[in-house]
Amino acid sequence: MIEINNLVRKFGNKYALDGVSFTVGKGEIVGFLGPNGAGKSTTMNIITGYLSPTSGSVSVDGIDVFSEPLKVKRLIGFLPEQPPLYIDMTVWEYLSFVFDLKGCDYNKRAHLEEICDLVKITDVKRRLIKNLSKGYKQRVGIASAIIGNPPVIIFDEPTVGLDPKQIIEIRTLLRSLAKNHTIILSTHILSEVQAVCDRIVVINEGKIIADQKTAKLSETLGQNNRFRVKIAGPSKEVSNLLKTIHSVTKVTQDGVREGDAFNFIVEYNGSVDIRKMMFRALADKGWPILAMEGVEISLEDLFVKLIENNLREDLK
Amino acid sequence: MIAIYSKEMKQYFTTATGYIFLIVSLVSSSLVLSLTTIMQSEPSSDTSNYFTIVLILMMVLLPILTMRSFSDEKRTKTDQLLFTSPVRIFSLVFGKFLSALTMFIIYIALSLFSFIPLFAFVAEGASGPNVAMIIGNIIALILVGMCFIAIGIFISSLTENMFASAVITVATLFVLLLINGISSLSFLQGDGFAYVVRTVINWLSIFSRFDAFAFGYFDIGALIYYLSVSGIFIFLTERYFQAKRLS
Repeated sequence: MIEINNLVRKFGNKYALDGVSFTVGKGEIVGFLGPNGAGKSTTMNIITGYLSPTSGSVSVDGIDVFSEPLKVKRLIGFLPEQPPLYIDMTVWEYLSFVFDLKGCDYNKRAHLEEICDLVKITDVKRRLIKNLSKGYKQRVGIASAIIGNPPVIIFDEPTVGLDPKQIIEIRTLLRSLAKNHTIILSTHILSEVQAVCDRIVVINEGKIIADQKTAKLSETLGQNNRFRVKIAGPSKEVSNLLKTIHSVTKVTQDGVREGDAFNFIVEYNGSVDIRKMMFRALADKGWPILAMEGVEISLEDLFVKLIENNLREDLK
Repeated sequence: MIAIYSKEMKQYFTTATGYIFLIVSLVSSSLVLSLTTIMQSEPSSDTSNYFTIVLILMMVLLPILTMRSFSDEKRTKTDQLLFTSPVRIFSLVFGKFLSALTMFIIYIALSLFSFIPLFAFVAEGASGPNVAMIIGNIIALILVGMCFIAIGIFISSLTENMFASAVITVATLFVLLLINGISSLSFLQGDGFAYVVRTVINWLSIFSRFDAFAFGYFDIGALIYYLSVSGIFIFLTERYFQAKRLS
C-alpha cells in the first residue's frame, strides 16, 4: 500500500533522514518507533506531501506522491503531532470545514455523525474547540483525519499528553480502525506499539534500525529478563545471596526502602525461570519476598540491543 | 477553494477582525468625507481629497484583513491540515485573497451610503458632486486595494506572527507610496540612466496609475497593471509555499 524508497531529507547540513526505506502492506497497522528527533515526523510529513524529500521516493497505492500529490492526498488521512484545529470553531463547524476541504462525496450530515459516534465526540459537537479538554481535542483531530474514509491513516504520536484512561480509549479506537484501514502510527512509547501494532519499524538518527513483526521483536527483547523484587532482610546479604543463584547476571538495589524491606532489580539470562530458585533460597534464610514484578524494557535498552544485534550481524 | 473561502469569511466574523476592519474603516472614512466636503467653511462637493485620504487609510486598514491570513495558520499549525488536503496551494491562496477582497468590497459598498448627504444638500447654484469622478475613484480604489491585499497575503505567508505581518505590510505599502514621489525628484529628470531609473520607478509605483481613474477616465492599461500586480503576489505566495516544502 505504501512504499518508501531510500528517503533522504536534509535540513541545512543536517540529515534528518538518511536513506529510509520500508513498505506497509494493505490493512497492516505499523508502529513507527523512535526517540524524539529520530525522524518520525519528518517521514510522516513527507508521506503526506507536507514536506518534500531531498531525494528518494514515496508511493501510495502505486501512485507517486511527488508527481501526483493531489491523488495521493485524497488517499491519506493525517493527524499531525499537534492536531491542526481552529479553536474558534465548534467541533461540528470544524469537521464540516474539513469535509468540504477534502471534497468528500458522502452525505455530509450522516458521514460526520457516524464519525462523531465512532470517536465518541457526539456530546461535545456543538462546543467550541478551545473549551475542550486535551483528550477531546485529540479525538477531534482523529475525527478530521478519518473524514472521507481514506484507505491510509497516519497518526503522529496520537496518545502524547493524554491520561492513562484516554490512552486506553484511543488505542481501542485505533484497533477498531485497523479493520478497514492501513495505519502508520508513530510513538516513542514501546508498550504502545506492542499493544496496538502488527509490525514495528524502529528509526534512530534518520536510519531504520529494525523492521520486524511485533511478536518477533518481543522475542528479541525477551532474552534479557528483568524483574523488580521487594525483599525484607539485610540488604547486603540478600544482594549477595541473589547473585549466587544460577544464571543471574546482575543485582542492583533500587534505593527505595520500606521498613526493613529493600527493592532489588534482578537481571538474568536464559530460559530458566529463576523465581522458584530465588524463592527457595530466600525462604531458607527466612527473608520473605513482599512483591515481585517484571520490569518492562525501556526504549533505551531496546536501542542498545538492536544496535548490538545489527553490529553482530555486520560482523558476520 | 469554496471551502477555504467560506471558512475565511466565517473567521472574519468570529475573530472580530472583520468587524474591526468594517467599523474603523466606515467611521473614519465617513468622518473624512464630511470634513473634506460639507463641513468645510465653504461647503464643497469635490471628493478628490476624500479619495486620496481613504487610499492612505486603506494602507493601514487593509493589513488588518490580511495579517492573519497565513501567519495564523502557521502559528496554530493548521497549515498542516491545509497543505495535506487534496487542494491545490493556488486554490488556498486564491480563496484567502477572494475572502479579503470580499470584505473590502463590502466596506466600499457600505461607504457609498455616506455619499447620500453630498447629493442631498447641493448648495444652490452649485453643480453638485461629479458622479463620473466618484465612480472612477471607487474603481481605482478597489483595484489598488486588491494589490494591497495580494501584497498583505504574501507577507503574511512569510511570518508566524500576525502583528509582524501587519507592520511589515504597512511599511511596504508606505515605501511604495514614497517611490511615487522619488521619480519627480530633480536629479532623476535627465536623459539616459536617469530616464531608465525613472521608468522603473514609475512602473513600480502603484499609486501613479490612480490618476486617470481619479479624473473619471477608464484606464485599461492601469487596470491590467493592477490585475498583474495582484496576480504576481498571489503567484509569489504559491511559489513560496511550494519552495518551502523543500527547504
